[in-house]
Amino acid sequence: MSDNVIVAEGLTKVFNRSLVAVDHVNFSVEDGEIYGFLGPNGAGKTTTINMLITVLKPTEGKASVLGFDIIKQANMVRKVIGVVPQEYTADEDLTGYENIILCADLYGIPRDVSKKRALELLELVELTEFKDKRVETYSGGMRRRLELACGLINRPKVLFLDEPTLGLDVQTRTATWNYIRRLKKEYGMTLFMTTHYLEEADALCDRIAIIDHGKIIVTGAPSELKEGLGGDIITISIKENADVSEIIRDVKNVKEVKNEDGAYRIKAEAGEVSAPLIIEALRKRGYTVTKLSLTEPTLNEVYLEYTGRAIRDTEESKEAFISQRLTLRRARGE
Amino acid sequence: MSGTNDFHPSIARGLWALTVRELKKWLKDPVMVLMFVLQPLIWMGLLGKSMDIRGLFSTNNINLPPQIPIPGNAVLYPIGVPQVVLNGTLLSQMFANMGANIMQNTFGVADYFSYMAVGMISMIVMTTTMFSGMSIVWDRRLGFLDKVLSTPVPRGAIIFSKVLNATLRAIFQATIILALAYILGLQLSSTFTLLNLLGFYAAIFLLGVGLSSVFIAFSLRSTRMERPMQIISLIMMPLMFASNTFFPISLMPDWMQAIARVNPLSYVTDAVRQLTILPLDASALMMDFTYLSIFAVALATIGIVLSWRYLTR
Repeated sequence: MSDNVIVAEGLTKVFNRSLVAVDHVNFSVEDGEIYGFLGPNGAGKTTTINMLITVLKPTEGKASVLGFDIIKQANMVRKVIGVVPQEYTADEDLTGYENIILCADLYGIPRDVSKKRALELLELVELTEFKDKRVETYSGGMRRRLELACGLINRPKVLFLDEPTLGLDVQTRTATWNYIRRLKKEYGMTLFMTTHYLEEADALCDRIAIIDHGKIIVTGAPSELKEGLGGDIITISIKENADVSEIIRDVKNVKEVKNEDGAYRIKAEAGEVSAPLIIEALRKRGYTVTKLSLTEPTLNEVYLEYTGRAIRDTEESKEAFISQRLTLRRARGE
Repeated sequence: MSGTNDFHPSIARGLWALTVRELKKWLKDPVMVLMFVLQPLIWMGLLGKSMDIRGLFSTNNINLPPQIPIPGNAVLYPIGVPQVVLNGTLLSQMFANMGANIMQNTFGVADYFSYMAVGMISMIVMTTTMFSGMSIVWDRRLGFLDKVLSTPVPRGAIIFSKVLNATLRAIFQATIILALAYILGLQLSSTFTLLNLLGFYAAIFLLGVGLSSVFIAFSLRSTRMERPMQIISLIMMPLMFASNTFFPISLMPDWMQAIARVNPLSYVTDAVRQLTILPLDASALMMDFTYLSIFAVALATIGIVLSWRYLTR
């Protein structure tokens, strides 16, 4: 067995014989790293996770976790992995403590062991104080932490996190990141996560795969991907109604110019040097620059570069979906 | 992370854990469980109490032919030929006897309330176990099911826990209905002993297991709540009326009798009646239990096989 904890080869899932959710993806996750799937909703991230955690059967291809085949040795895989699902799956009618014990029972962990572990984990996620409160009284951040604690009850070697900070506010999100970083550092766990937050992928992941329409578009460390863009992004607007793309393109270090509705998106090496040169070149020809901005590449640019659209486009619907889900939960009143 | 991890979840352990979860859920919110009892209680208390079939047979409800006074305190009634000589008290007694006789020979008991109250026990078992699938729809929607599926807990434990929970719920509610019916005036037969309660629970258990297995499998297929709900409410009424829940099968037209005789509700109702309000007929009871056992095994097999398939998508 190599150092690769997760290996997927040609992993494919087709729903209802027509909807290709995951399309022949290949990737491998190394021991001890945080590997992230980054992509918009419906890109196939959750479907991939569900196949790896043995909940869904792949239509085609194969994958292994810690050397165990996800189809033939599904039960072995289940024993060594932990799962933190996208949804809040804890039972609202039970207390936090009862929920963790329930998870432990599902792994067949003897009660004397599970009681000790449950208290340790509640301590780790700072829920000790609320352990005997019903989960329905928990906030979103607390629920997320409880899910994390449940996912760790069997001391997994690999932890799967599906959108770990979905629907959380910025503060809670940062706190959750810290828990995840601690897990990696203290327990040397391998983490596989999905996210559609670029900052999250940037902040947490050692390596990411950008996935769209069920296909992996590019993989690499966030820094590599950013460098791969080959420069900074300069955006310029001019007063005159004319196409000055050619003039800009002739400036030294400019690699690419795109005219987007009168604003020019320029990719250039050493942006802070190129920007004054561009202004100079335009002024010589009698054009007036009205606006200029300079950004160092972020994953957002990487994303835009490879998928041709901003990831933000898809976010709103997800938030709406979450709020709908919460309303539904309340309506349940069970 | 240190520490050995080689634990094996047995089916019994998983079944226990998942069942306890459900039990805790309804113990923390007993109102929901009691809400289900309300409907049969209304049927029983209002319909059962007002449908006094025996009371229909009364001289007050009949237009008597003109009386022909004859000497003494007797009256001559031209009831058919030959004419009968009766006095007033004797006549109303005769009618009362007729009512009791008809009830006894068709319903098997003298009062309609006892008859239909037992029917309500079958009804509660049916509604509760049919709706039991709803909780698995919720578990799927809220992601709980997927989380459980990602653990090494045996898949069978997941299905059995739902079946067991539904059946326990039904048993609990049936006990409440029986107790309420007794308070409201259910007449226990002379052959009733506390031991009969074991048979009572066995019959309910068999129906509960059979129905819940199939409905859980069915609900597992549907991701929406609406469809199973609609279908259940659609089939519940006909199932109830085409059985001996409210009226004896012998009074039904032939085509309806045919349905009632395969309807498991008829068998559970008859078994419970045999064990509570009727003088126990061992051969009839045997018949009921044989049918119910076959029904339970067949439906549980179908249900569990289907659920198994749906769980491993």
